[in-house]
Amino acid sequence: MCMKDSNHIPLLKVKSISKYYGRRIGCRKIDFELWPGEVLGIVGESGSGKTTLLNCISGQMEPSEGAVWYAGNGGVIDMCAAPEPQRRLAMRTEMGTVYQNPRDGLRMHISAGGNIGERLMANGLRHYGKVRRKALNWLEKVEIDSERIDDIPVTFSGGMQQRLQIARNLVTNPRLVFMDEPTSGLDVSVQARLLDLLKGLVTELDLSMVMVTHDLAVTRLLAHRLIVMKDGEAVESGLTDQVLDDPQHPYTQLLVSSILHP
Amino acid sequence: MNRQSNIQSKAGTKNSCIDSCIMEGYNYAYLDEQTKRMIRRTILKAVAIPGHQVPFGSREMPLPYGWGTGGMQITASLIGSKDILKVIDQGADDTTNAVSIRRFFSRTAGVLTTTRTQEATLIQTRHRIPETHLIKDQIIIYQVPIPEPLRFIEPRDKEVRRMHALKEYGIMYVKLYEDIARHGRIAKAFDYPVLVNGRYIMSPSPIPKFDNPKMNRMPALQLFGAGREKRIYAVPPYTEVKSLDFDDYPFEVERWPLCCALCGSDSSYLDEIILDDKGSKLFVCSDTDHCNKRVDKGYRGNQEKPVQEAKTCIRTGERKCA
Repeated sequence: MCMKDSNHIPLLKVKSISKYYGRRIGCRKIDFELWPGEVLGIVGESGSGKTTLLNCISGQMEPSEGAVWYAGNGGVIDMCAAPEPQRRLAMRTEMGTVYQNPRDGLRMHISAGGNIGERLMANGLRHYGKVRRKALNWLEKVEIDSERIDDIPVTFSGGMQQRLQIARNLVTNPRLVFMDEPTSGLDVSVQARLLDLLKGLVTELDLSMVMVTHDLAVTRLLAHRLIVMKDGEAVESGLTDQVLDDPQHPYTQLLVSSILHP
Repeated sequence: MNRQSNIQSKAGTKNSCIDSCIMEGYNYAYLDEQTKRMIRRTILKAVAIPGHQVPFGSREMPLPYGWGTGGMQITASLIGSKDILKVIDQGADDTTNAVSIRRFFSRTAGVLTTTRTQEATLIQTRHRIPETHLIKDQIIIYQVPIPEPLRFIEPRDKEVRRMHALKEYGIMYVKLYEDIARHGRIAKAFDYPVLVNGRYIMSPSPIPKFDNPKMNRMPALQLFGAGREKRIYAVPPYTEVKSLDFDDYPFEVERWPLCCALCGSDSSYLDEIILDDKGSKLFVCSDTDHCNKRVDKGYRGNQEKPVQEAKTCIRTGERKCA
């Protein structure tokens, strides 16, 4: 099986990534590996460099130093040094990014169907009927009423916009999805539904995922492994349950103890 | 020569016109020689990369942006004393814009002007391609208001340029998708995007999509000038120009229920003219030269064709003429 073949090398290898904004540190010397099918959570307080790290490894920002190797269908590419066409091709076919604010990830004045179809058409599909069918299929998967296919996202609720963003990214069957606080703008019940949906999709499609969040409950539910960040550095990493049940670093202890238990 | 007789000019022969008609105090064809040289260099680059928009230092012209400043600068830098100029505005030779630009060049360059497509060496046009087939050695110059076909979908210029550079044109198809989802067909009727030479997506200026097929492998050189946006682009002779479409929604041109009321043409682009407050209307050729030529040959249209029959024509897709 394809899975087995690619199992012996990590999907994403991040080596000593740093990003400096002038003298200010965005993130510093972060190393990790992401294996196929794995969900990695990056947690930390606001301003700890989570999003900077995510932008660096997803090819949207150029890191100051370090390297990111992505083992895609077309072989291993260096996301920091590969030619732009190759990098952008990988980004729009094999990767996806779900943003905290759906306005960043969706085209707000293009219909839901058009939003889902964009990647398909960018990858060369030139058949309206097929684009339409695929869009309907994905709306159903993310539990959006198929009658809404021609509505524009500004008429959608926050939770629906977020689900549409997920559909738009997953339509090309990517192997790797980056999520930047996908649930933080949503109320608790909608969060729970979205997480449920994500959990289902991750197992169904065998996705690998890097998820940035400040919500430990979300990581407990989805992530296999955790990286805890503070002031731009990774202070602790390990299996999710291990980190959350037996935190070693004082900051992680603080973070875990600050969760409210009703 | 025989064709001389149809050329409109104030003086009898070409040479005496050049001597007598050029306005004093202006350089030949209005623009200074340095500017013309710069525009010619831009044109060469544009021809070398079909469909690619080349920036140039657009000058102020003695008329407002949007009235053809881009096209006029190209015309001014190309026009020689032996050229014969035709200017059309929406197909017509006698509209204000066409008349003024023609007069401008006959006064600043002393060139001969004509209304006949086959006599012209330079044709400056706003929003139409003449019905008469253009031949090699002719140059058609389009006036372009907005040269960037991706502008309305992606407002960031940096991103748009990158999309052109990397040939990432998926978003253009999103626009067509939206049309079909909303209207059941590709509703874009003018400025219909084309793929030039299999590489660059280009805005053909606001010509009706009826004219798009004429651009494909046209023997004449096609130049596009956008004065306000400071861009020149070109389609060299015999270059492939393909209108974008979907496999299941192929590109189609407009059809009309009636034929031209004046000349009876059933194969030209027709303008709808409202005649009174009761909604009566007739269709006439938008290309006045084409229409006049047919009338001269003895063709006549039927103005009395009832509108009812028109509807039948639309449904069956047939175009019947009296």
